[in-house]
Amino acid sequence: MTGTLRGAAAIVGVADAASPTGELDRFGRDLETAMVLEALDDAGLTLADVDGVCHSQSAMAFAEYLGVHPQYTDSTNTGGSSYEVHAEHAAGAIAAGLADVVVGVYAATPRSDRKQRRGGGRFTPNGPMPAAEWEWPYRLRMPMGPYALAASRHMYEFGTTPEQLAEIAVSTRKWAVLNPRARFSEEITVSDVLASPMQVAPLHLLDCCLVTDGAGAFVMTSAERAKTLRKPPVYVLGAATCHDHMIISQMPDLTTTPGAISGPAAFSMAEIKPDDVDILMGYDSFTITALLHLEDLGFCSKGEGGAFVEDGRTAPGGSLPMNTNGGGLSYTHPGAYGMFLIVEAVRQLRGECGPRQVEGAEVAVAHGSGMVLSCMSTLVLGTEATL
Amino acid sequence: MSERNVGPASPESGPFWEATRERRLVLQWCTACEEPIQYPRSFCPRCQASGSSLEWRDASGLGVVYAIVVEHKPEAMGEESPYAVALVDLEEGVRLMTNIVGPDALSATISTGVRVTWEPLEDGRNLPLFEVSAAKQV
Repeated sequence: MTGTLRGAAAIVGVADAASPTGELDRFGRDLETAMVLEALDDAGLTLADVDGVCHSQSAMAFAEYLGVHPQYTDSTNTGGSSYEVHAEHAAGAIAAGLADVVVGVYAATPRSDRKQRRGGGRFTPNGPMPAAEWEWPYRLRMPMGPYALAASRHMYEFGTTPEQLAEIAVSTRKWAVLNPRARFSEEITVSDVLASPMQVAPLHLLDCCLVTDGAGAFVMTSAERAKTLRKPPVYVLGAATCHDHMIISQMPDLTTTPGAISGPAAFSMAEIKPDDVDILMGYDSFTITALLHLEDLGFCSKGEGGAFVEDGRTAPGGSLPMNTNGGGLSYTHPGAYGMFLIVEAVRQLRGECGPRQVEGAEVAVAHGSGMVLSCMSTLVLGTEATL
Repeated sequence: MSERNVGPASPESGPFWEATRERRLVLQWCTACEEPIQYPRSFCPRCQASGSSLEWRDASGLGVVYAIVVEHKPEAMGEESPYAVALVDLEEGVRLMTNIVGPDALSATISTGVRVTWEPLEDGRNLPLFEVSAAKQV
């Protein structure tokens, strides 16, 4: 191991609540929020300073409630020791410059809950669920509905067309043709996409990712040890994350994802520009998802994604090879596709990809999208030559 | 349409749902920064005010479509189709997910003016939906 956490981070504010009666008046998000605000006040800070949130159930849901847009969240749950683990991880994140002010929180009121018969339908293990009140009644089909909303807005604001979205599916399929393990391996045309059944307008069936089985894993170690192992090391050059919202009705701007924050931050850490990227593995749950990545990561300007993907620019032989395994649209998509972005990026940088190998690839970006355009995480990977 | 899946009210949003029993659309406001809060919270995420700084006010029920989609394949959910799901920006400055209903529902587009209408729920609450308003907005 290299490096140490020793002296790199400090706890600057704390709060707790307890009562001789064993009961508290406040509960749930209200109590959690009160603790966070009190601890921040103890430190002379406010929510505006917070860029990291830890919560053992869902840091994303709690961050949305707080109204903050952190670049670091940790939802690790190890039971009663979760909060020490959060502190350990937060110290690491702060030491590495991933976050500056991290809050951790805990609140539970089992005694009052039992007495007042709270719980049951009101709270799930993940806490209160705004989606159940503010979205579920309207039968927006998941997961495509929120992406269709984003596509509708992108079309309205920038004149993006269904044909342009279809280009992404067509180019991605061309990569899948070169991948013997891809679920779909026959070329398609823009007309095929537009003729496929409408799902949630404006998205057609072929604008949507697959549902397949799938699995993957990675192993990471120090750069020092990596040199002693079997395969050529693929180095982490940069990494950054940004959380924006949990549910789509809380997304401030449906045409700009938090990738507009995570992308530039990761590129800056990696000391690269979009032009330096040889391969973009951009989470393609839907065609619109991939289009938003191209804009938010800076491969083109906001609103120009539609024109950018025309003429096969992201297809084999194009200037920006994107989703070279065939993507979530044509290779595989078991539900949470992010692992496959990393695996393909590594294999490309090792030169292991056979017919779909991008010659001379040195820098690859794995850009993951979580929930409903809610959390973007950008990983810049490079070969030894990029160090 | 068939039965709605409406979750229980959170502690913070109780007054919203109670008002729907009288078919009133109300919003939580922060009186310190004079801005509405959606969804309702125990504090104002802008200025961190809480307690008596938060109050409930009637909304006009008027808004504009911010984004809209049409559900074409609802057989998996057992619903009538097609139907429109939208995000509506209310005059007061908050955004709600909703269904656009009524005879003009499927011709509604982004920027179409809409107004609230109500669908009764089994428990006496009403669900706010929106219909295209006669007076179109920009």
